[in-house]
Amino acid sequence: MSILVNKKTKVIVQGITGSEGSFHTKQMIEYGTKVVAGVTPGKGGTKFLDKIPIFNSVKEAIAETKATASVIFVPASFAADAIIEAADAGIKVIVCITEGIPTRDMIKAYNHVKTLNASGQEVRFIGPNCPGIITPNECKIGIMPGFIHRSGNVGVISRSGTLTYEAVDQLTKLGIGQSTCIGIGGDPVIGTRFIDAVKLFNEDEDTEAILMIGEIGGSAEEEAAYYIKKNVKKPVIGFIAGRTAPPGRRMGHAGAIISGGKGTAEAKISTMKKCGIITVLSPADIGKAVQTALKKKIRSRWSLGTLPEKSKAGRKPKKKTEESRKSK
Amino acid sequence: MKLHEYQAKSLLKKFGVTVQDGHALNDLRYFDDAVNDLMKRGISEFVVKSQIHAGGRGKGVIYNQHNPNEIVVEGGVKYFGSDVKGAKEYASKLLGNILVTHQTGPEGKQVRTIYVTEGLNYKKELYLGILLDREKSKNVIMASTEGGVEIEKVAEETPDKIIKVWIDPEVGLSGYKSRELGYGLGLEGNAFKDFIKFINNLYRAYEELDASLIEVNPLVISSDDKIIALDAKVTIDDNSLFRHKDIAEMRDTNEEDPLEVEASKSNLNYIKLDGNVGCMVNGAGLAMASMDLIKLAGGEPANFLDVGGTASAETVENGFRIILSDPNVKAILINIFGGIVRCDRVAQGVIQAAKNINIQVPVVVRLQGTNSVEARKMLDESGLKLIPADTLQDAAQKVTEAIAA
Repeated sequence: MSILVNKKTKVIVQGITGSEGSFHTKQMIEYGTKVVAGVTPGKGGTKFLDKIPIFNSVKEAIAETKATASVIFVPASFAADAIIEAADAGIKVIVCITEGIPTRDMIKAYNHVKTLNASGQEVRFIGPNCPGIITPNECKIGIMPGFIHRSGNVGVISRSGTLTYEAVDQLTKLGIGQSTCIGIGGDPVIGTRFIDAVKLFNEDEDTEAILMIGEIGGSAEEEAAYYIKKNVKKPVIGFIAGRTAPPGRRMGHAGAIISGGKGTAEAKISTMKKCGIITVLSPADIGKAVQTALKKKIRSRWSLGTLPEKSKAGRKPKKKTEESRKSK
Repeated sequence: MKLHEYQAKSLLKKFGVTVQDGHALNDLRYFDDAVNDLMKRGISEFVVKSQIHAGGRGKGVIYNQHNPNEIVVEGGVKYFGSDVKGAKEYASKLLGNILVTHQTGPEGKQVRTIYVTEGLNYKKELYLGILLDREKSKNVIMASTEGGVEIEKVAEETPDKIIKVWIDPEVGLSGYKSRELGYGLGLEGNAFKDFIKFINNLYRAYEELDASLIEVNPLVISSDDKIIALDAKVTIDDNSLFRHKDIAEMRDTNEEDPLEVEASKSNLNYIKLDGNVGCMVNGAGLAMASMDLIKLAGGEPANFLDVGGTASAETVENGFRIILSDPNVKAILINIFGGIVRCDRVAQGVIQAAKNINIQVPVVVRLQGTNSVEARKMLDESGLKLIPADTLQDAAQKVTEAIAA
């Protein structure tokens, strides 16, 4: 019950010997992620924590370990190159955590990956400037705090870091688990957009509802909303941060800027509403809105008589809700 | 990072882009030298231009810096022909005074630098812009025959008058796309040939400077069919400044809010707003969401402040000082989601900072995540007038109460 990564996913860490890389590698291993190798040019042949082999290149690391996913912690000036290296070597899921990569470099990396995909190779690139991706209790590739997550049936997509943790925490405290959570990042050029992640969650049988956490700037939320209107039957819940943000100012994330009157929260919320997405105005109500949507969905399924077919997926989280209530 | 027109043109010139040339000066003493040098180059007509980080300068109004109600002169840019005396007198009215345009807000901006340039005779004004198209993740060049007016207005009213070509990063600006722009603008003969050169140099400048925007408005066709940038607006991608040390030095902090400059020295991402409730948050998305929460709670956010991932005692203390230097702040919301960073550590920082600074306004502190229970206990036992909150809902409620009190 997940997308892109699960307990079988073998992960390599590019930039494993840096301070960020080594700290988060330890955290990922602790969570249960199968970290099989590290890559730091010039340090090939050594080992991380005396057990994880380090290679000079992604190609060598794949040859030795059959890894399919990579997480990138290399500094901003080399990060785009690391993305291209991973894609060329045949990595299927590339997650770039690095913040502050020049846009010119990202345009190159993004379009290179796109060309590879067009030629038949399958590369899913996530980030940069993002918390990563997690399938609760199975695989954490990134820097998010693992303990706030809980396994379940809500797919979470977000442009932000700590705001995602906040939303996930609200869900988990209500007993609602997550199938997979993807932080797509706050930069203007990103590998995976809302629409891409929505498609994946829509195809995932065990994702019952999708939570989209967007923010001002660009039009990726609108792009996904139009797709949802046409193609997605699952309930989608949306929140947009930055209703009070002034135009023309970059709100922390390089991509969070209202320019030329475009990318306002109001415009996004109104498009999302028109496309049938349940929108939440207060960040304090995200969890509750998902809970209400899920209850409604179960009710409508009873009335349509379609529950038996999906009963397994539908009941599981409910059971857990009861358990968690009892334990309190 | 924004640049002044004279800085932008000095950079573009290095790439062979033809610009309306001149000298920048911050003191009238240098005026005669500037004019004499231009005359030596055979220039006999002059324009004086205010240099501020805002558009609409030509239609702006200059106010007395000592008396904001007194209009000194209308227009922040003026053509003087060969009347050097008139140009100098006008220049003296600009320097030090306040220019208000539709983009500066009513408080305007002080003119600290003026740009004395050649006056040009031209037959037509065009528009040219290069920027990132976020939807396609490619750069786009936009051109229009409607020069001299705001492109947003053209886009809204007559979108068919904007020609767009997208650049494939693995190919670069190909010849046929340059021609597409030239033909689209209705150019022919020498003007067309000159434009092809111009656009290729301009795009190379965009790439190599790591610009996030280059806007030439107006781009003019001179009476002898030369393509010249009459104005130039260049914004550089902040993420690239590590490889452009020379450009980083062009940053003019006078154009920025002094509190924001101060905050950036302590590595805090602060943006001043007009509200009454200050906030301090870790992470940009959560910071924006917290501002929204303040509004829903009946307040108005006084700032955006992202203290980053660590939220140490020092950053929290610096954050407090910056928020409190805004006299409009009537309450503060601290909202930290502790993931990797532990809440008890943050609480320690908040308590220490609150002890070091004499805080007169109510402070609602919401720490959630790792060790939040311990953190709450520390806040409760601190003996300080901090208002702890658990959930976001609870925090909103307490902000409402704090403003009402």
